[in-house]
Amino acid sequence: MNATNEAEIKQATRRYVYVFVALLAGTIVTVLASYIPFGNHAVNVAVALAIAATKAFLVAGYFMHLLSERKLIYGLLATTGFFFLGLMFLTVSSGADQLKSLFH
Amino acid sequence: MEIPYTVEPRPDTGLFNAKVGIWLFLASEVMLFGALFSSYIMLRVGSDVWPHGMLNVPIGTLNTIVLITSSITVVMAWASLKLKAFGKFKLYQGCTVLLAMTFVIIKSYEYHDKFTHYFVRYSAGSEVKELTGHIEGSPMNWTLATLNNPTRPISEIRIHPDVASGEHGHDSGAAHPEVITVPTKQIKKLESFGPWHLTYLAIYFTLTGLHALHVIGGALVIGYFWGPGSRMWYSDPERFTNRVEVAGLFWHFVDLVWIFLFPVLYLL
Repeated sequence: MNATNEAEIKQATRRYVYVFVALLAGTIVTVLASYIPFGNHAVNVAVALAIAATKAFLVAGYFMHLLSERKLIYGLLATTGFFFLGLMFLTVSSGADQLKSLFH
Repeated sequence: MEIPYTVEPRPDTGLFNAKVGIWLFLASEVMLFGALFSSYIMLRVGSDVWPHGMLNVPIGTLNTIVLITSSITVVMAWASLKLKAFGKFKLYQGCTVLLAMTFVIIKSYEYHDKFTHYFVRYSAGSEVKELTGHIEGSPMNWTLATLNNPTRPISEIRIHPDVASGEHGHDSGAAHPEVITVPTKQIKKLESFGPWHLTYLAIYFTLTGLHALHVIGGALVIGYFWGPGSRMWYSDPERFTNRVEVAGLFWHFVDLVWIFLFPVLYLL
């Protein structure tokens, strides 16, 4: 390991601590936000999922180093994301029983 | 035969093979949990009533913090190896294993609480009453058959009824109800809050049970690298560092799944 790498790793460890603090804060905000009566429960769901998505981005981006990963991994994840979204689309569509109406 | 590309990157992918392997595995895991999350959506959307406040939010929050903390210790363990600080690696990785065990212990406590929590329907004169609560002595998973077991019949049960709860299962401030004694012959139904009791509990146990299995599996691998597997550091440090990174990627995924499970099951 050369000096540059060592400095980079040390800088990364500081970043990990910031991310950790952000994750803890996100957890507390998630809990507190769930007690706020937004008037519509759908808003509570949207807020909680938005915070969860932000936390997931921090974990994947920094702890899993996805922000500086190779193209192959991005391609793999894009494919997974496509099928995941397809799965969710089919589920929501069938749940709403609107699949037929989309094609008629 | 030597396994190729355990340290140096493969020319076409630019990555060592285990890293490609773990990401492929994680992709399959996304679809596994995705299928269960979509099942959750189906069940919830299709349900007229969805229970709230059945789980203990402070305990769920504590477990979330435990898992997030384990995520930073696992990445710090990897960074320590990159900095050639093997002692620090041992410290961080040891903490990860302890935190994983803490998570499982807390989860077990939550499960135990569900299996000792009961729904009771009984006749009282001409009325049929229903209540939920804990049976004295905290027996696990009793049914009507348990009470009527001919070799060891139980003539009555003493129930500590639940306090009327507010949002998220918080105590509403109501006085604690008195213990109710119900003779077995009056009981029509006795059921613990296992996965069979409610659709919500079925998906709760399925999702958290599968997640807990991942925690246990990950902890075993991380524990191996912390213990006997760490000998590789002295013979092939680069390869050992890559192994720790791959195990860490799995561990972060386990954390990532919980980040979504916690609000979905405990808060919403």
